[in-house]
Amino acid sequence: MRTPLLFLNVIIIATCGLIYELLAATVSSYVLGDSVTQFSFIIGVYLSAMGLGSYLSRFVEKRVAEKFIDIELAVAVIGGFSAPLLFLTFAYVSYFSIVLYTMVFAIGVLVGLEIPLLMRILKDELDFKELVSRVLALDYVGALVASLLFPIFLVPKLGLNRTSLLFGMLNAGVGIWATWLLAPLVSDRKLLFLRIKGSIVLVLLAIAMIKADRLTTLAEDGLFMDNIVYAKSSSYQRIVITKGKTGHALFLNGNLQFNSFDEYRYHEALVHPAFAAHIGDVKRVLVLGGGDGLALREILKYKSVEKVQLVDLDPAMTGLPKAFPPLAELNHHSYDDPRVSVTNGDAFVWLDQTETEAFDIAIVDFPDPNNFALGKLYTTRFYNLLKKKLTPDAAVVIQCTSPLIARRSYWSIIKTLEAAGFSVKPYQTTVPSFGVWGYALAKLQPFDIPKHPATGIDLKFLNDNSFASMFEFPTDMTMPDEEIEINRLDNQALVRYYETEWRRFE
Amino acid sequence: MGQSVALGHVIREGRSFEVPADNWRSAKVGIIGGGVAGLSAAWKLKKLGVEDFVLLELEKETGGTSISGSGQPVGYPWGAHYLPVPFRENTELIELLAEMSLLEGRTIEGDLIVKEQYLCRDPEERVFYKGRWYDGLYLHAGESEDDKRQLAEFQKIVDTWVNWRGSQGRRAFVVPSASCSDDGGATGLDKLSFAEWLRQNGFTSERLIWYCDYACRDDYGLKLEQTSAWAGLFYFCSRVRKSGGESQPFITFPEGNGKFVHHLTNSVSDKILRSHMVVSVVPTEKGVDVVCLTDGQVRGFHCEKLIYASPIFTAPYVIRGFADDAPFAANAFQHNSWFVTNLFLKDRPKPRFSRDFPLAWDNVLYESPSLGYVNATHQKGIDYGPTVWTYYYPMCHEENGRTKLFNYTWRDLADVCMTDLARAHPEIYELTDRIDIMRWGHAMISPRPGFIWGEQRRKAMEPYGNIHFAHTDLSGIALFEEAFYHGLRAASRVLNTETPSRGASETKDE
Repeated sequence: MRTPLLFLNVIIIATCGLIYELLAATVSSYVLGDSVTQFSFIIGVYLSAMGLGSYLSRFVEKRVAEKFIDIELAVAVIGGFSAPLLFLTFAYVSYFSIVLYTMVFAIGVLVGLEIPLLMRILKDELDFKELVSRVLALDYVGALVASLLFPIFLVPKLGLNRTSLLFGMLNAGVGIWATWLLAPLVSDRKLLFLRIKGSIVLVLLAIAMIKADRLTTLAEDGLFMDNIVYAKSSSYQRIVITKGKTGHALFLNGNLQFNSFDEYRYHEALVHPAFAAHIGDVKRVLVLGGGDGLALREILKYKSVEKVQLVDLDPAMTGLPKAFPPLAELNHHSYDDPRVSVTNGDAFVWLDQTETEAFDIAIVDFPDPNNFALGKLYTTRFYNLLKKKLTPDAAVVIQCTSPLIARRSYWSIIKTLEAAGFSVKPYQTTVPSFGVWGYALAKLQPFDIPKHPATGIDLKFLNDNSFASMFEFPTDMTMPDEEIEINRLDNQALVRYYETEWRRFE
Repeated sequence: MGQSVALGHVIREGRSFEVPADNWRSAKVGIIGGGVAGLSAAWKLKKLGVEDFVLLELEKETGGTSISGSGQPVGYPWGAHYLPVPFRENTELIELLAEMSLLEGRTIEGDLIVKEQYLCRDPEERVFYKGRWYDGLYLHAGESEDDKRQLAEFQKIVDTWVNWRGSQGRRAFVVPSASCSDDGGATGLDKLSFAEWLRQNGFTSERLIWYCDYACRDDYGLKLEQTSAWAGLFYFCSRVRKSGGESQPFITFPEGNGKFVHHLTNSVSDKILRSHMVVSVVPTEKGVDVVCLTDGQVRGFHCEKLIYASPIFTAPYVIRGFADDAPFAANAFQHNSWFVTNLFLKDRPKPRFSRDFPLAWDNVLYESPSLGYVNATHQKGIDYGPTVWTYYYPMCHEENGRTKLFNYTWRDLADVCMTDLARAHPEIYELTDRIDIMRWGHAMISPRPGFIWGEQRRKAMEPYGNIHFAHTDLSGIALFEEAFYHGLRAASRVLNTETPSRGASETKDE
């Protein structure tokens, strides 16, 4: 038996064990948020499971070497597939925690078994003092290696799924290698069997590794390229903020809402055309959606504005600038402005059930219509309700998804607005993080396209030269020739358009 | 909760009640029963300028099987909960909808445009099968080529019947059913069960048969084998205007058809006497005497004419002398029994799978004897927070369903409902704040084979002296439109004016 090489195994085993623990904690804080709780629970469960494993090792009496190799292979399978499996399970929302903790517990028990068994295998080679000092020292070295590699190299370079699979392969490798190192302790027939088993595990993990790209598209590579700096699941949606080289990005249910480096383009284009189209002073403004407060920032630039009523479904969104101060900085502390009032509620229900004075401008900034609850916010019924809250000269802007990617969806919104009796001027601009983005400027009477933004307003993007060009549509974004349906409550045509058009890019 | 069983059964005992001399009142027309038929008759009388009438309702509130509850966040139904948009020919019903300001206008062809907020919001239906929710009522997921072929074949037959016209140019299936063709070619379908008809036409697809069975349970409270094939096809054909066209959209409200009941009730509220149990109807030379029990008193009404808008099976127990020389067999008018549960939820269950089809208006469980549940907040666009779910369960799978229904306790029925729903929504127990249950002993008329085009129903349409029957029972199909039609028909006939428009077939189609 080659004892020194077995010590190398100790390091690898220890590294793998800690990696699985870190992976589980990271995945769960990615998908569930609240990383302090996730890390704390995972470490607790994992360590106690290791303790149980160590205790259980006393019941392994015969054929210790063979059992050790089996355990290595089991850890390789469960640990190796842990990250991809957790990501896949996340789709099955209510089971996620059960799967997570069962998996962490199982890995913990198996890893807990490893070192005691290995020490028993080595106990005839070394005296007790030597054995304990070397094995435990190397065990902790392995932990150090893992904890350094994980954030610095593994997550940024390999991603969570590949890291998980790679360490599974390492574990399997240790198992197979041990069939040579521990050959004297295992019968020949068993050896062959163990080697075949080991090879199968290794091959499976290798296949998964090659296919990892497909697995990772799920969330990790797309959504969580950058570090997550804030994550919270509210009653309505999952809110995630990441921080990367370009700045902060906000995701709702995995859909990008803005990136701080170019959001000014989106929000200037969203707000200022409405002001340009309104004749006379704008006093009362209604914002539907827009809980991040960035549209508010643009609106509050106008001194004539006396009151801004913002209606957003989710208190966790309107409370986000408080919970995450960099956002407050980005929106220029717009929520602290005394002119702003906030109501948390579904805009559809709010419009239907609330009596209010009419508004001069309405900014409608909802997430894209990717489900029926959102789809109703783009219906003729919704726009008819909105009409009742407007002054006769009011101007409305609606964010309408991408006319390039979702051309039929875009024009369906435009046609729906027209069907509700609005006169509509479609326009679009480019926001690098989104691509080409579409809006609708609408008024209750026919009107001319405004030529330039209001003067005396501090703008980073819009200027007199480019303003009018937003209202020009290149050929690939104009109204399609086919019949486009109007989105009504009783057909929800838009949700169906949107789903087919965006699914092509998933 | 439930219909007044104890009260109702008093009348069966045939006790005689003496009306004190000063407790008699006269009315030109008396109406017994404040369900949709009775209320519609009252509504029509008022429209025709009649003021001297009285409507007697057994229960504390009017509405019959269309009653509803009120509360937060929205009202909710206890029974009937939608109305398909009527064809343009159904002018009387359209008049009611216009009066309720539900209409926006008409298309160039003259079809109704109902205001968007009253048309059932999409998604209308979803079905739960083997752990997942799917779009629509017919289960497409996992269908075989043969299933597809059979469904297409079935649609083709439906289309053929939609296009079919009888010798007088009448449709085979149209609402109100009084306008349907009586040609043997169509009515012959009434002789066999829908199950037998499907067999004879070579349909074996499990999911198609489920779909048809669900339709029977939903509209009639009967199983496929118990339903007349004519009634089964009526469900599929009567609301389609042109072959290949969509079925007429549904008008619905959180409180279901309670909305119509409230409107009708308000329009005649001064004529309604609630908690008045009619114990005896006595035909006299001058008209009809009606004896009621109310609040421990016996009251009497001398009426010239009477509109009998109660379930037809009660006639022999109430009308003196009816049983001795019965003009028709009242016991041919059989009713099914149901229970309906309203669950008050503090929140909606979260989808269990990201690809699960989201909460719809009507949510159906494939592997269940129930009809699933309707979400009351759906039509209001309220998609978050508290809601009320109305769960429907017909007792057609049970022998002696009615007796069993009344032997079950609240707890038994709540268990049936909750265990059924828990398969789709394990967290339903935690989310439910309150469970109200209504037992409907006599819910809807049963269109069993032979009934609709049988003799008893035809005979009951005729007045019995000065008594005119008016109830959806007379159509053999329990629908708002049918009850409304019979109410109006009776109102016109007691005044000897013309009968209401019979709808589709009298006007030239397309």
